[in-house]
Amino acid sequence: MTQVPTPAPGARKLGLVIDLDTCVGCHACAVNCKEWNTGGEAGILPDYDKYGEQPDGVWFNRIHSYESGTDGHSRTVNFPRSCLHCENPLCVTVCPTGASFKRAEDGIVLIDTDICIGCKLCSWACPYGAREFDEDNGVMRKCTLCIDRIYDESRPAAEREPACVSTCPAKARHFGDLADPQSKVSRLVEERGGVDLLPELGYRPTNKYLPPRQAQIPTTPREAPARPAQGIGAALLQLLDKALSR
Amino acid sequence: MSAKSVAYTTCYMCACRCGIKVHLQDGHLRYIEGNRDHPVNRGVLCAKGSAGIMTAISPARLRTPLKRIGPRGSGSFEAISWDEAMRLLTERLAAIRAGDPSRLAMFTGRDQSQSLTGHFARMFGTINYAAHGGFCSVNMAAAGLYSVGGAFWEFGEPDWEHARLFLLFGVAEDHDSNPIKLGLAQLKAHGAKIVSVNPVRTGYSAIADEFVPITPGTDGLLVLALIHCLLEAGHIDTEFLVRYTNAHHLVIDAPGSAEHGLIARDAEGRELAFDRDTASLVPGSATGINPALNGTYVLADGRRARPAFALLAERYSAAEYAPEAVAERCGIPAATIRRLAAEIAEVAFRQSVVLEQPWTDTNGRRHAQMVGRPVAIHAMRGISAHSNGFHTCRAIHVLQMLLGAVDTPGSWRYKSPYPKPIPCGVPPGRPGATPGAPLSGAPLGMPTRPEDLLLDAEGEALRLDRAFSWEAPLAIHGLMHMVIARAYEAGPEKIDTLFLFMANMAWNSSMNPGEAIRMLSASDEHGNYRIPFVVVADAFASETVAYADLVLPDTTYLERYDCISLLDRPIGSAHGPADAIRVPVLDPGRDVRPFQDVLIDLAGRLGLQDFADAQGRPLYTSYADYIVRHQRAPGIGPLAGFRGADGSTFGRGEPNPEQLRRYIDNGGFCVHHLPAEQLYYKYANRAYLEGAREMGFIGSSAPIVLQLYSEPLQRFRLAAEGHGARVPPERLRERVRTYFDPLPFWYAPLEQAMSDPARYPLHAITQRPMAMYHSWGSHNAWLRQILPENRIYLHRALAAELGIEDEDWVWVDSRNGRVKCRARTMTGVNRNTVWTWNAIGKRAGAWGLGRGAPEFRRGFLLNHVISEFLPAEGAAAPHSNSDPLTGQAAWFDLTVRLEPCGPDTSDETAPLLGANPLRIRRATENTP
Repeated sequence: MTQVPTPAPGARKLGLVIDLDTCVGCHACAVNCKEWNTGGEAGILPDYDKYGEQPDGVWFNRIHSYESGTDGHSRTVNFPRSCLHCENPLCVTVCPTGASFKRAEDGIVLIDTDICIGCKLCSWACPYGAREFDEDNGVMRKCTLCIDRIYDESRPAAEREPACVSTCPAKARHFGDLADPQSKVSRLVEERGGVDLLPELGYRPTNKYLPPRQAQIPTTPREAPARPAQGIGAALLQLLDKALSR
Repeated sequence: MSAKSVAYTTCYMCACRCGIKVHLQDGHLRYIEGNRDHPVNRGVLCAKGSAGIMTAISPARLRTPLKRIGPRGSGSFEAISWDEAMRLLTERLAAIRAGDPSRLAMFTGRDQSQSLTGHFARMFGTINYAAHGGFCSVNMAAAGLYSVGGAFWEFGEPDWEHARLFLLFGVAEDHDSNPIKLGLAQLKAHGAKIVSVNPVRTGYSAIADEFVPITPGTDGLLVLALIHCLLEAGHIDTEFLVRYTNAHHLVIDAPGSAEHGLIARDAEGRELAFDRDTASLVPGSATGINPALNGTYVLADGRRARPAFALLAERYSAAEYAPEAVAERCGIPAATIRRLAAEIAEVAFRQSVVLEQPWTDTNGRRHAQMVGRPVAIHAMRGISAHSNGFHTCRAIHVLQMLLGAVDTPGSWRYKSPYPKPIPCGVPPGRPGATPGAPLSGAPLGMPTRPEDLLLDAEGEALRLDRAFSWEAPLAIHGLMHMVIARAYEAGPEKIDTLFLFMANMAWNSSMNPGEAIRMLSASDEHGNYRIPFVVVADAFASETVAYADLVLPDTTYLERYDCISLLDRPIGSAHGPADAIRVPVLDPGRDVRPFQDVLIDLAGRLGLQDFADAQGRPLYTSYADYIVRHQRAPGIGPLAGFRGADGSTFGRGEPNPEQLRRYIDNGGFCVHHLPAEQLYYKYANRAYLEGAREMGFIGSSAPIVLQLYSEPLQRFRLAAEGHGARVPPERLRERVRTYFDPLPFWYAPLEQAMSDPARYPLHAITQRPMAMYHSWGSHNAWLRQILPENRIYLHRALAAELGIEDEDWVWVDSRNGRVKCRARTMTGVNRNTVWTWNAIGKRAGAWGLGRGAPEFRRGFLLNHVISEFLPAEGAAAPHSNSDPLTGQAAWFDLTVRLEPCGPDTSDETAPLLGANPLRIRRATENTP
């Protein structure tokens, strides 16, 4: 069993805030994540049967689109799913080797694939389905929050964010320190009523989701005239009578 | 120690032209990300762009020139050298050119180098040239260019920063990709309302605040009903109309005469208006007048005339356009239409955006502020792909004009270098007097009168695809979807070589691919093909390659120079003109050449004017060389940036040998930022128009008058009524008379009107998956993991009625045939509409995919049940299934019926065409 470290006083809680109000479900985050990570320090994210019958592969991030409600007012929700870097990560505590671990300094949950034995206990423990098994290497894989980007001091400060956040065309993904109540992400969660996924399970995910909103324009629509229209109406005639200047 | 480098270039995983930053490691692609400084995508990159790394190593990439050795369609080829390929092509084309150059039909698909390919066709002397616009969005382009001098998508964009209400018509996910997503995020950030009018709630519609599940093909009726409501309430910006549109111009009311419906003009040709202050006829362009928008006036010659607006107001005030009259047909409750109209009026007139930015109009009047109507609109394929799309799109532009929501703060805006004069008035080029002579102008132009059409002595089409004939007078992008059928009909006397670039015409780019394949393969009793010679230039082994006689393998977008030119389809925005380049960042490592290099080489070998000197020596060594040195007019070349000997001018300036280097140093693009006073009202903004003229975008800085009423359309209608020297042939008279209405009107899409609603009660359309760009995306190793097979989607209630459940196999039947596919039910869809994703299904053997690929076995194309022809009426030849004005392919007019296949059906789609993978014989061991 692997211990979850007690966060040091002032430790950061890095994570994502994902805006379901603006996510159009375009898969940019998922593909850019795969692209960044497969060629980087995370190591290859395998693809199986690339051009064959059952194309599949390892992804750190997947998008699910579904409808909520079945009446005329249904809403299509696009839901990106990746590791939530929980504060109470059972995927860590079930790990028999210590391969699955949570960092004390920033809360990121990682896998040390050198000591992962591929027993898959962690993926059974994760209620969010955020871990994917690497069949080629027999080890578990998951989102690293782009740890090789966010701490890379050779990158300009503004670019030290996960690939999924940088690439999101709808600006639906935000990255930051959720332990800091003044951070941009904490304020977003506060203002928009950000929620935990499956809070009742007690995993205390770090990542938050912002619920869809509905903008409205209050008006009083004009009622249909009692009799069908005949020629130009009175309101328009009145307008056309007004002097104009060209 | 690994070598890392970074290069900036332009994406081509779809048509949006985003800037990309390509990271290389030891010469291999490591990572592609958005260029943060680029005006199009500002650092973001979509799924397609992020998967470019897999397209660059796709097994579908062609590797060498090919010459067909088996029957067409068999896939049997011999690998040949470029020398041989160029010799074959040059000999063939030289012979065509010496006889009748129009026997070369060159159709260049999703081409972003049309300023080059069109110029090649012009200098070759063939009128038979177009790209893919005819089956993409010519209705949007033409309606926009004939109404407001710009267009949705390519030549305009919403004012994302200031809009308060955004109306999105139809599927738009492919055009634009990242810019619309960025824009939607901006709207969301400031709480604007997004309304999606679309039969299907996917993609951008998913995040709309309101979804209006309209019946396909009725958007025009909805828009005219909204206009009815605005007129009824008097919610019209009349000040805007008289200043910037032709609403007050007097329309001659003399039925039966040759000038009925034309604008009354004075002796100097100026359009007339009636000034209520002086009770006299005055030029409509005069200042200080109080123009009438209603009433009837007597012209100097005694004829009567009425302001254009009066005609419009009368038409749309009629009961037939009341919400209550259109609700059932549109599938939208009347109360919803009335509420939407009220919301539009509320935002336009009570939530005006005022920018404290002075500007000067073309009359020299100084304005202290810019006042805008923050209702922004975007429309795309859902409008365009119907045979009533031109008028529907024009109705949307009329709505914008009535609100004063054209290029004002918060509304739809022009992307530089637009607006252009309306219409630009440059007609399509005509054949030269002798076979070797260039056309009189570019092969595609904008007719404004019957004299501009390309007709033979009998009044029939000169062009193979019948663009610019009475069948499609305003076909400003040509009719690529008709070219195979028309070449087949015309036979070898009219057509020798069909030269296709980057369009999958034997599959997903054709309506009715089965017919396209049959016609490409058809031969006479001697085995001579009906279409004698087919050349295909493409980077990938698409379904079409198997039907080529000669295959010219193109590079991928990461292996060549390109320019995204102001002469063509630039990357300008409302903030200013901009253009960009592609640079080779990878060594192809196979025997392929950039198509543009090949074309320049070919033009040099043929000795074409502008490509070879007087002695016939080639002028350019490559496309890169041409981009820098070619001048279309003095000082105007393919790239506008860094011109002049020292690279200091934008727009006009002598060629700069260092130009490409300067672009590369600047991140692969160049933007000219317009000053704040030029950012709105561009059609009447003096500083903007003068600057645009200096840069060569427009010929004069005169104001551009928005065309609420379209006089050019009336000219064609008058011809149909028998006036003038050029009149349509009898069989087309009524058609031209009906559809060339100077004010937008709604009519049932042609195929729907001819379809039996009892037999085919459902509408069938496609949507664009955001992670794909037609067949390019669906062979990519990563993207195909996201969507390897498609379904036919239908409403739950309809499914219950038909006894269809999720994953059931069903037949989709139309008058043209049937396709078998699996069903999936949903709620966010119009009750009488079924739909699927576009271009997922593939033909076995194509695109480098393995035998059992789901794209072959379960992916399907709706194309199989669409015809490029309407049903024949009587003995007359059928019309093309196209918009009668522009020739736009009417993909979305399809009506179908669904039928469960039953439990015993196979687990495969139908029709299932036989596999024809490329089988390439190597001529010598040394051939790469």
